[in-house]
Amino acid sequence: MSGRDLSGAEILLEALSDLGVEVIFGYPGGAVLPIYDALHRQKRIRHILVRHEQGAVHAAEGYARASGKPGVVLVTSGPGATNAVTGITDALMDSIPVVVITGQVATHLIGTDAFQECDTVGITRHCSKHNYLVKETARLAEVVHEAFHIATTGRPGPVVIDLPKDVQVARARYQRPGAIAHKSYRPRLKGDLQAIAAAAEMLASAERPILYTGGGLINSGPMASQKLRELAGLTGAPVTSTLMGLGAFPASSPQWLGMLGMHGTYEANMAMNQCDLMVCLGARFDDRVTGRLDGFSPRSAKIHVDIDPSSFNKTVRVDLAIEGDVGHVLDDLVKIWKSRGLRPSITEEWWNRIRGWRAVDCLAFTQAGPEIEPQHAIARLREAVAGRDPIITTEVGQHQMWAAQHFPFEKPNRWLTSGGLGTMGYGLPAAIGAQVAFPSRLVIDIAGEASILMNIQEMSTAVQYRLPIKLFVLNNEYMGMVRQWQDLTYEGRHAESYTAALPDFVKLAEAFGWKGIRIDTEDQLDAGIAAMLAHDGPVFVDCRVKKHANCFPMIPSGAAHTEMLLSDADVSGELDTAAEALV
Amino acid sequence: MNAGPPPPAARKARPLAPEEPAERHTLSVTVDNEAGVLGRITGLFSARGYNIESLTVADVSPDHAVSRITIVTTGPRRVVDQIHAQLERLVPVHSVTDLTEAGPHVERELALVKVAGKGEARVEALRLADIFRARPVDTTTSSFIFEISGSTGKVDQFIALMREVGLVEVARTGVAAMARGKDPA
Repeated sequence: MSGRDLSGAEILLEALSDLGVEVIFGYPGGAVLPIYDALHRQKRIRHILVRHEQGAVHAAEGYARASGKPGVVLVTSGPGATNAVTGITDALMDSIPVVVITGQVATHLIGTDAFQECDTVGITRHCSKHNYLVKETARLAEVVHEAFHIATTGRPGPVVIDLPKDVQVARARYQRPGAIAHKSYRPRLKGDLQAIAAAAEMLASAERPILYTGGGLINSGPMASQKLRELAGLTGAPVTSTLMGLGAFPASSPQWLGMLGMHGTYEANMAMNQCDLMVCLGARFDDRVTGRLDGFSPRSAKIHVDIDPSSFNKTVRVDLAIEGDVGHVLDDLVKIWKSRGLRPSITEEWWNRIRGWRAVDCLAFTQAGPEIEPQHAIARLREAVAGRDPIITTEVGQHQMWAAQHFPFEKPNRWLTSGGLGTMGYGLPAAIGAQVAFPSRLVIDIAGEASILMNIQEMSTAVQYRLPIKLFVLNNEYMGMVRQWQDLTYEGRHAESYTAALPDFVKLAEAFGWKGIRIDTEDQLDAGIAAMLAHDGPVFVDCRVKKHANCFPMIPSGAAHTEMLLSDADVSGELDTAAEALV
Repeated sequence: MNAGPPPPAARKARPLAPEEPAERHTLSVTVDNEAGVLGRITGLFSARGYNIESLTVADVSPDHAVSRITIVTTGPRRVVDQIHAQLERLVPVHSVTDLTEAGPHVERELALVKVAGKGEARVEALRLADIFRARPVDTTTSSFIFEISGSTGKVDQFIALMREVGLVEVARTGVAAMARGKDPA
């Protein structure tokens, strides 16, 4: 690797290859033609041609979340870059390591409103973790290596590299840069040992502790999940998780309370409310988790472990903040617990209370008659794939929450869903990314009929690369979550939440070259799922479910954890204006 | 279960409290002197709804690699802490010092103040300028431009007085600030 004279495009690919990149999700265009030509002339990096740039970023996110490796995107200037913005923002909100390379018009044309020019660095400045406009080919290698360093370390996130066409063509010497020692960006991995020791003592003396875990545990890598399991074993504490953290703790454990928050379980939210010590591990007290802030766990002491110190005290005051990678902090916490010979003070009374809340059986539903309850569809799917360790992606809405509630995960990196941004159209391209990372695994997108139409064009990508992904669509003909809120807040006035002209999804699937299966009634459900799993190729299942089912439990916006709605019977028609103004 | 030390003291979680009084804080931020860095900072303030009372920026290193930005902001303590943390999160930011928090520091700004008038008002303007140690940097028979530097309060006070003797326009630099004593911030 002694410096070789290469074009900017070749330097880019050389650097990506040195960084271990095996696959790029992209879409060509005028401003990236030199890079595509260089791609064509090499064999180390595979390119997956998506059908829309938003799909490229979500596919890269799915790849990253399933594999733990950064996802890489290549798009052209102007509309290529702006189409990628939703995906970039999604990756920022969910802290997913993605590097997005955008073409740009030649440097001498920047600022002239040239064809397909847009201010990509300006547009992505606040929806990326960092971004670059590279003006000299000689700087390119260093920028690419630094971009990967920034995307994958600290709190991960998307990094954008805007690359003018003349910089791709000009030549420079490429030499693999050494270790990145950034002047100002130095995320902290190890937590402060004194603070961790204090946390261990607090945990040992708590009578009613709870571990509140989040996506940081997944991002940190497999050790974090392992150490969480160890800590739970040592302390006997109940464990709950945000939407992002599902899988870090095994759902089969008796200590597992299920997901918390707006559509979390009764036991998880009540335990959060009544604990005396909350240990927040790699989560960020999101409004979907806390509910009304002044009613959020009012009597507990709070410990917060996060790699991003701006998360401390942002919405909820904490008593002890530990900055560091949650995997390293948990490792030290477990070591300190053992070396000090600590014993938990958790009381039987606490578990009795939790058992009482569990007895409410908040996720119960009744399947009666031929009409399929959406939860029942997910439960049957769960039974059918038991033991196959599937990767599940979702779109956004009711089906996403039902999947989170009714699909148990035992391991991390199996659950890929758009949490922070809540992007409809996420699940199909994310499933493509996950299947590219793991060609032989079972990958299922649990979707809704409205969301799936938002990136339906990616069905074509799956065919091109022979990706046998399964789309399991809960079709109720409504944007179900919008309709649910209209039931809750607007006396059931369903403004524009019904899709009056849905396609025939089976024919659509067949037109794309997929297998299409339609399930109308309960007696067809198991056979339909079996046929989906038996087919060695992509399958679209149009599963017709009850049209007006709503997702419970639910904490309405502006309410506290103790004010959960458990069923339709609890739903009132309108909220006051203050609550209505909350999202 | 064993009897350990007493459980952690119960403590009421303080919610977002709009009633917390707003405080004025002066932040000194050193950044890489690169294209777009000011956009990152001002964009952060607008995106998250933080206030900027004044912002000054100039390159301060011999190789032009580092710029120093002084930001005066107001907000409840919790918000100022957030601003601090959010600024530190930006990749090109080297350091953030809350000078108000750190202790004694000097704050200065410079203003150019144009007054026009004749007769007694003109004489009075000159007399007041002298008291404030403001220096005329441009003169015509019917106007002055004064240069004044000092604390924000002093500059405010001078401008208020000039309104009564024919103020035409004002240009202010905003605050530059530095910790007292021999050490850097």
